[in-house]
Amino acid sequence: MTDTATDGGVRLRGEELSLGYDARAVSHDLTVEIPDGSFTVIVGPNACGKSTLLRALARMLKPSVGTVLLDGGPIQSLPSKEVARRLGLLPQSSIAPDAITVADLVARGRYPHQGLLRQWSREDERAVAAAMASTDVTELASRAVDELSGGQRQRVWLAMVLAQETPIVLLDEPTTFLDIAHQIEVLDLCAELHQDQGRTLVAVLHDLNHACRYATHLIAMRDGAVVAEGDPSQIVDAELVERVFGLRCRVIPDPETGTPLIVPAARQRQREHAPAPSLPAAAT
Amino acid sequence: MVKKPAPDQVRTGLGQIVRVPGVGITLRVAPRVLVVVGILLVLTVAVFVLAVGTGTYKMSPGEVVSALFGGGDDAQRFIIETIRLPRAITAILVGAALGAAGAVFQSVTRNPLGSPDIIGFTSGASAGAVLQIVVFDGGSGAVAVGALLGGLGTAAVIWLLAYRGGEGIQGYRLILVGVGVSFVMIAVIDYLQTRAKLEEAAQANVWITGTLNGRGWEQVVPVGIALAVVLPIFFLMARELRMLEMGDDAAVALGVRVGWARNVLLLLAVVLTAVATSATGPVLFVALSAPQIARRLTAATGPGVGAAAMTGALLLLVSDFAAQRLFPDQQLAVGVVTGVLGGAYLIWLLANEWRGGRA
Ligand SMILES: Nc1ncnc2c1ncn2[C@@H]1O[C@H](COP(=O)(O)OP(=O)(O)OP(=O)(O)O)[C@@H](O)[C@H]1O
Ligand SMILES: [Mg+2]
Repeated sequence: MTDTATDGGVRLRGEELSLGYDARAVSHDLTVEIPDGSFTVIVGPNACGKSTLLRALARMLKPSVGTVLLDGGPIQSLPSKEVARRLGLLPQSSIAPDAITVADLVARGRYPHQGLLRQWSREDERAVAAAMASTDVTELASRAVDELSGGQRQRVWLAMVLAQETPIVLLDEPTTFLDIAHQIEVLDLCAELHQDQGRTLVAVLHDLNHACRYATHLIAMRDGAVVAEGDPSQIVDAELVERVFGLRCRVIPDPETGTPLIVPAARQRQREHAPAPSLPAAAT
Repeated sequence: MVKKPAPDQVRTGLGQIVRVPGVGITLRVAPRVLVVVGILLVLTVAVFVLAVGTGTYKMSPGEVVSALFGGGDDAQRFIIETIRLPRAITAILVGAALGAAGAVFQSVTRNPLGSPDIIGFTSGASAGAVLQIVVFDGGSGAVAVGALLGGLGTAAVIWLLAYRGGEGIQGYRLILVGVGVSFVMIAVIDYLQTRAKLEEAAQANVWITGTLNGRGWEQVVPVGIALAVVLPIFFLMARELRMLEMGDDAAVALGVRVGWARNVLLLLAVVLTAVATSATGPVLFVALSAPQIARRLTAATGPGVGAAAMTGALLLLVSDFAAQRLFPDQQLAVGVVTGVLGGAYLIWLLANEWRGGRA
């Protein structure tokens, strides 16, 4: 039903978007396409407008100019529940209702699949169990969400979004608050959803090395605009990192995967404003 | 991908799943909520019979029940049908309306203080009523209409002031604006009071504490109709209401039409509050405390409109009974009793949460 409307392999795109809040303009004339079946990662400095873009793509923020198209149609004019069956979003921060249990919260991800007389199908049960198991929160099921650690809470919210079982999943900083093992676990899970189930993933990440390793499509933003996009192995170099983040670094191949690995220049080197020479092995 | 399937744990906190085979209907019911509502219902019936039987003319519960079903002598039936029955029913209906509306307000604003008596609707209704009494010398019907218009008008003003393009009505802004408007309304009432003649001032005073004295069938009918229309809609929208508690972003992401659902729910809750308030005057703290008590009794995370309505009904009925019994020779306004009960409860609630480090 929904795949027929794809347009050159892009189900979700923002066209000439102007985004902002009241008086503050964040983005102007921003056009973004999320390649279908990709694992797209958005990177950029704080406050550059990544969350704003994601919120606009998920129809939480209405663009003052331009349209977001989902399967060829303007997202604002599609029924909200229908959109929620195609596209899920993990916001950067969320508030859980008082004293809600983990299982109850994750179960709420099934809302778009439910109705007045269909409040809990076996399908719901399966999806919730699978989402909780894959994010490693099954043991927490009966705990209250507001009594969890930051990382546990993050995984519970992720489970809620996964329980929604949408073909397109937008994740705003899914790895914040997580220890290194859980970060990799979550990213592996995303890669798995992308590879094995053919879902389209869009994630905002701050760790460039993770971004380069996992993304099939990278979007680098600065000041509300897209600076570069494409396959990370082809677009990420020291010059791009400096342009986007104002950080001097070296880019070497990741010994594990061969993808770009960003090594920030040592403190002394950061201060020098001369173009980075080929650095000696030890940065003294 | 599934590491440890644990189907039993998935249901924690979801209550009982009822499947109707064949037609694909599945419902979630919370047994504890049903039990609590059942107990509240039984208690309400018991207090109801007791309340209808007490007064200067005493009747045993047996006599009350038989008179209710057409037995007993004429005097008994007269007292019951024209005085005590409508008063007790008004208490139940107004309590239920305030409890239900309070639950909706608190869920939508995501704040226990987001109840109509705090955010100005009630004082707006009082101002309307006092205006009728003092300026227009209206009879009891006109006073009720004044209260209704005062409540609805205040709600409209608060809504307009709290509305902001882009994000609509936000809970905290609604509360802040409402508290502000509430103080303005109280000032208006004070001003009108100073202008009033002595007996008008006394009448206005009784009205703004909230009372069930002399309430009859003409109060039962409008509140009953409002409840009959609004409560079913609340039940139909219970799932949306529950989703609204998760915050706007999460609710939108999950497919709730947040702006629409919030406006419909707020509008209906305002109407319910205004009609209830116009029947009895502002009965304080029922809308605030009934949903909070109900939440703790049912241990539910959802808004629990039904349980809040039953709690409100019982609370107001008991308060009215106490108001009549405590000082039999002088009729104490029920608003005073709910104020004391609800006020004590509110303080306990706040102290508890602060100690728990949650607020
Ligand atoms: N609700 C809001 N109201 C007003 N301004 C906002 C709001 N949310 C974000 N902004 C502003 O919009 C700009 C972009 O914010 P955004 O949240 O999109 O940044 P971001 O790229 O996600 O940053 P971060 O990496 O810190 O999450 C910032 O200048 C921010 O101050
Ligand atoms: Mg952000």
